[in-house]
Amino acid sequence: MELRVHDLACRRGEVTVIEGLNFRLAPGDCLVLRGPNGSGKTTLLRTLAGLAPPAAGRIELDEDAILYAGHADGIKAQLTVAENLAFWARVYGGADIAPALAAFRLGDLRDRQAQHLSAGQKRRLGLARLKVCPRPVWALDEPTVSLDRETVATFADVVADHCTAGGSAIIATHVDLGIAGTRLLDIAPFRAREDGDAGSPFLDAAFDAEPAR
Amino acid sequence: MMALLRRDLTLALRSGGGFGLSLAFFLIVVTLVPFGVGPQTATLAGIAPGILWLGALLACLLSLDRIFQLDFEDGSLDLLATAPLPLEGVVAVKALAHWLVTGLPLTLAAPVLGLLLNLPDGAYSWLLLSLATGTPALSFLGAFGAALTVGLKRGGLLLSLLVLPLYIPTLIFGAEAVRRAADGLSPATPAMILAAITAATVALIPYAAAAALRINLK
Amino acid sequence: MSIWEYANPVRFIRTADRVLPWAAALTAAALLVGLIWGFFFTPDDYRQGSTVKIIFLHVPAAMMAINAWAMMLVTSIIWLVRRHHVSALAAKAAAPIGITMTLIALYTGAVWGQPMWGTWWEWDPRLTAFLILFIFYLGYMALWAAIENPDTAADLTSVLCIVGSVFALLSRYAVNFWNQGLHQGASLSLDAEENVHDVFYYPLLFCIAGFILLFVTLVLLRTRTEIRARRIAALLAREARAA
Repeated sequence: MELRVHDLACRRGEVTVIEGLNFRLAPGDCLVLRGPNGSGKTTLLRTLAGLAPPAAGRIELDEDAILYAGHADGIKAQLTVAENLAFWARVYGGADIAPALAAFRLGDLRDRQAQHLSAGQKRRLGLARLKVCPRPVWALDEPTVSLDRETVATFADVVADHCTAGGSAIIATHVDLGIAGTRLLDIAPFRAREDGDAGSPFLDAAFDAEPAR
Repeated sequence: MMALLRRDLTLALRSGGGFGLSLAFFLIVVTLVPFGVGPQTATLAGIAPGILWLGALLACLLSLDRIFQLDFEDGSLDLLATAPLPLEGVVAVKALAHWLVTGLPLTLAAPVLGLLLNLPDGAYSWLLLSLATGTPALSFLGAFGAALTVGLKRGGLLLSLLVLPLYIPTLIFGAEAVRRAADGLSPATPAMILAAITAATVALIPYAAAAALRINLK
Repeated sequence: MSIWEYANPVRFIRTADRVLPWAAALTAAALLVGLIWGFFFTPDDYRQGSTVKIIFLHVPAAMMAINAWAMMLVTSIIWLVRRHHVSALAAKAAAPIGITMTLIALYTGAVWGQPMWGTWWEWDPRLTAFLILFIFYLGYMALWAAIENPDTAADLTSVLCIVGSVFALLSRYAVNFWNQGLHQGASLSLDAEENVHDVFYYPLLFCIAGFILLFVTLVLLRTRTEIRARRIAALLAREARAA
């Protein structure tokens, strides 16, 4: 399962933020997205996940191959840890939640409602979801926010295992995960020229030629 | 899909205020009517079909914004949209869950409230039947309105303004069926048209609602 | 040359600039002729007296109230399918005109109904249908106003317009079922025997033409304004990013 991106342009609202982006993500690859705030990392990941249509270019990827994890974890406060995980496992056709609980040290918390978890524990639950949804390509947006150092290491191990097993991951993060063989993709050079609004029909240069009355 | 239905029902039960509130609202509306129009049983009996339908409709409206809003805020909707389920199916299941926790209890409670309004004897079964066939359309149309307004901070009032005009045909035929039964006429024609509207709504609205959701997730 | 060239905002504005003076002049001419003829040079009806003359406002306004929504439906679909911004903005521009026409139809209907039916308002199917149409316009405009991103607003209002059209039509027949009504049948139809009398018919045609032209003029004007508003917003956004 290889992800190929050809000459991709992404739009946030009305403004094109990224253009001319080409990259490949082969099985086993782990790609870290870098770029200043507002450079379009989230927009790129949402576009890859199919939540937003590309403004131009092509994304080659099988259907239902990508697993997106954004800033919000999709955790329901009134459900227990196990219920939350089991739900996403069912929806994504995944299997046993026990290994995921174990990997993120959530075993003792499994019957606790998510509203009684700390921010870090909630985040761990959100990441545990990755292990119960069997999809080869992970698109993760700032997954390490509010994680302690130990959990970051756990998370890095999970990603490394996933890639070793033939999966791949594209991760927007500023933390060094220490995963061997990680590639960096700096998207700053792909920032759209002309302030990203060149395509807008309302900024057509012909407006200025409008005959004065 | 079953998992989603079960989750939504569990959430509705655990978070409280879901169908309990709608039922209480229905009761209060029906209780207030005699204070407004006077206690004469003949007057009340005459307007009972309309009041019961209107009360159920308004009670249904209360919880519409929750169909998608919470899932939108906590990111669940993103994950559902990228899941191997068709988004149309997600909409249909969530609208069904809404009906199970609001429309169905309202339907079952309506005959009891009909007693308060002195609804004529022959109309009870048709009240049950017309609400049972009509309220699913209310939930599905509500899901469409909720999908349109999901990205808005204070969409509640706008949601009502968008959804209520869509409720007009359902209300007309639903209340008409009960009124005819109350007057001793045959309610078959309006009841069948009501069923047709519900069937078409349930079949087609998920496509429009899913389209609206996709636009809002962009 | 294809009609889609006018989907370019600049081309649209240029064309609108050229057409607008003519459209405005024709509108004024048709309305002046129609209304003066209708109000001062037609006889009183033997039953309704001079109140019959309200049809010169009522009927054209009612027609345009419906046609404006129909135009919004078509332009909404064009926007969803072909993504022409001008199309979406034309739909947005037509809504306030349509709701005004609906209000005129409702108001003139009430003014006429008071002496004729003895009541300002009657839950007659036609009147009710226009009231419902009024509410649909309100919802449509409220949705436009509520959404910040203009493209998202265009998308969502278009979906609402399509679904709303189905339900507005459904409501039209539902209210027929619900109340048989007092309102007379259509004032105009191809079947000439049912038409209003010739004396009223010809000035009415002028009034209808005038209202159609008025609608076209206002839509062109408002669409041009909407395009310029979008251009200002885009320029301001560019300036803000540059700063």
